[in-house]
Amino acid sequence: MRFGNLGKKLFCGAATLALASAVSAQNVVKLGMVGEFSGPFAQYGQQILGGMKAYMKLHGDTVAGKKIEIVQKDTGGPAPDVAKRLAQELVTRDNVDILVGFGLTPNALAVAPVATEAKKAMVIMNAATSIITTRSPYIVRVSMTLPQITQPMAVWAAKNGIKKVYTVVADYGPGLDSEKAFSEAFKAAGGEIVGSIHTPLQNPDFAPFVQRVKDAKPEAVFLFLPAGEQGIAFMKGYAERGLAQAGIKLIATGDITDDGVLEAMGEPTLGLITSFHYSAAHNSPENAAFKKAYAEVNGDKLRPNFMAAGGYDGMAAIYEALKKTNGSTDGDKLVAAMKGMKLVSPRGPIMIDPETRDVVQTVYIRKVEKTGGGLYNVEFDKFPDQKDPGK
Amino acid sequence: MSALPTLKWNKFEIAFWLIPIAAFFLFPRYLTLGSQILIAGLFALSLDLILGYARIISLGHAAFFGLGAYTAGLLAKHGFGEPLSGLFAAAAVAALAGWITSFLIVRGQDLTRLMVTLGIGLMLFETANQASSITGGVDGLSGVEMKKIFGVFGFGLDGKAAYLYSLAVLFVVFNATRALVRSPFGLSLRGIREGERRMPAIGASVRRKLVAVYTIGAGIAGIAGALLAQTTQFVGIDVFGFQRSAELMIMLVLGGTGYLYGGLLGAAVFMILQDYLANLNPVYWQFWLGLLLVLIVLFARGGLMGGLAVLHDRVWRTSR
Repeated sequence: MRFGNLGKKLFCGAATLALASAVSAQNVVKLGMVGEFSGPFAQYGQQILGGMKAYMKLHGDTVAGKKIEIVQKDTGGPAPDVAKRLAQELVTRDNVDILVGFGLTPNALAVAPVATEAKKAMVIMNAATSIITTRSPYIVRVSMTLPQITQPMAVWAAKNGIKKVYTVVADYGPGLDSEKAFSEAFKAAGGEIVGSIHTPLQNPDFAPFVQRVKDAKPEAVFLFLPAGEQGIAFMKGYAERGLAQAGIKLIATGDITDDGVLEAMGEPTLGLITSFHYSAAHNSPENAAFKKAYAEVNGDKLRPNFMAAGGYDGMAAIYEALKKTNGSTDGDKLVAAMKGMKLVSPRGPIMIDPETRDVVQTVYIRKVEKTGGGLYNVEFDKFPDQKDPGK
Repeated sequence: MSALPTLKWNKFEIAFWLIPIAAFFLFPRYLTLGSQILIAGLFALSLDLILGYARIISLGHAAFFGLGAYTAGLLAKHGFGEPLSGLFAAAAVAALAGWITSFLIVRGQDLTRLMVTLGIGLMLFETANQASSITGGVDGLSGVEMKKIFGVFGFGLDGKAAYLYSLAVLFVVFNATRALVRSPFGLSLRGIREGERRMPAIGASVRRKLVAVYTIGAGIAGIAGALLAQTTQFVGIDVFGFQRSAELMIMLVLGGTGYLYGGLLGAAVFMILQDYLANLNPVYWQFWLGLLLVLIVLFARGGLMGGLAVLHDRVWRTSR
């Protein structure tokens, strides 16, 4: 008798639970996030997720009558085999509706066929190699591409009286891509590349390279190095060997003065001119609201950087698309809704190119300055509506 | 004079191989993880052959794994996507590289070997980075299109074909390896392991045997790499990475060297723990993984297989 009662209770409870979860499953949109949350690239995942959460803080966790849920997975760095497995599991086991995240290019490229096969929209929130969006019709990118942010630097330099540039890039794919983008645009604008150096990817000693640049007497050095330690090392060498005094300017793309690490890089970065699509110092009500929400969700220790902005805008694109599809998570419909979409981002106005599904945005020229709150990339010139020239 | 070890299967071995077959039916939603465990197990088996049987310490075994992965990946990218021939080609390329580098390996002792294997791994990593027009560099090799296995089974999202394919390859290669270590050649390897200087006294050429086993180990690592490239249809430059060699060493030591089964067991435990902990907490899981590994190494000498062997002996003795 007692057992019977218990059995009935259990059964009723289980049935209620099952019913509840069935109902909620219909009203939930699951975002499967493939990101980097551990190892040397841990900040990528942290920033992107932080940006996504900031958006949800400002706009609520419900859109078009559906609750948004994030299922978070860690690739532990550049691990395409792991990324692909996680994406497969997210689709087949967790039944996610949209794939999001992707700090690193190899991870995004490996997952692209999963999006195509499962017909799920895939939103790239950081990875910046040009070809990514061509690898699946379900990929939409809200972040940037490397040539897109590099070319304006060349055009700006040529316009501002710099005629001779020496390029210094790290010897790997992204470095060579940016060298190509810069050189082509700079020559087209009438400039001259007086020399180029490829520095080793692992533990380079920059002293001889800096000296060689100094001897060539260019008017500026264009620099592209992996974000982090290397940039600091190069800038120290640049200061020690008196390149600034010799009248050699230093110009670079903005990932080297990433807002997340700028404070830690310190004084050697002062005066560095970079081109980029987002600065935490960007002056707009949207950026102020973004930074406030970011600090509320993630604490104020970490300054939001371009990856956080990517996460934020990725969520914005998903929310707006879900509104257009009335909550339908069909991959084709979502991607169609995102094509041509215009958003006012914390970085300024952005658009998803209806043809390439890649982001179109303003690229700013900035200079590192000391302001009341510490070191910031202060924007002083801009190139609106930049498409990816890599396609 | 004693006879050669028998090739007959004992009950533990049969039970062991029933596990992955049961897993196929019991955990249909974990097959992608399963196939990657099988591949890691095969890779660990290749290291066990050279470390557990010939005592060649290597921190650059990923070199051969990577060569196999790129061979299979490049073949498939350029229209030769038939899986089995890709495996053979990968094994051949990796074995050739193993044979060439083995002459550096046999010259040195433990520390020298550590440095040489590490160096070879780094060199190949940098080569793949430099040759980005062929390998895709740090962005990885995408566009790897596989044909169906035997023209019937395609690699789908559910991971079924990838799992069974990996399991079949692992089983075949494992059996060949098992036969090898129980052959006179395998016994002479054990002789080298136990007393390298004494072996020439009984007329065995240490050098030639080490070259042979290193070449075979490299070839098997190449097959593992090819399997990963084929089942994920992508090759990242991390296949040559130091971390892959290091994790492999952890898996093998965790499972126990010199049993052949140790690598498989270690790979399974390591990767299941990794997956479980990473899902529990995607940010701090590496701490718990590290802690567990330290505990296992402290309390199970000779790895999991060593622990099991002790347990088996005790049970056997008390039951007698």
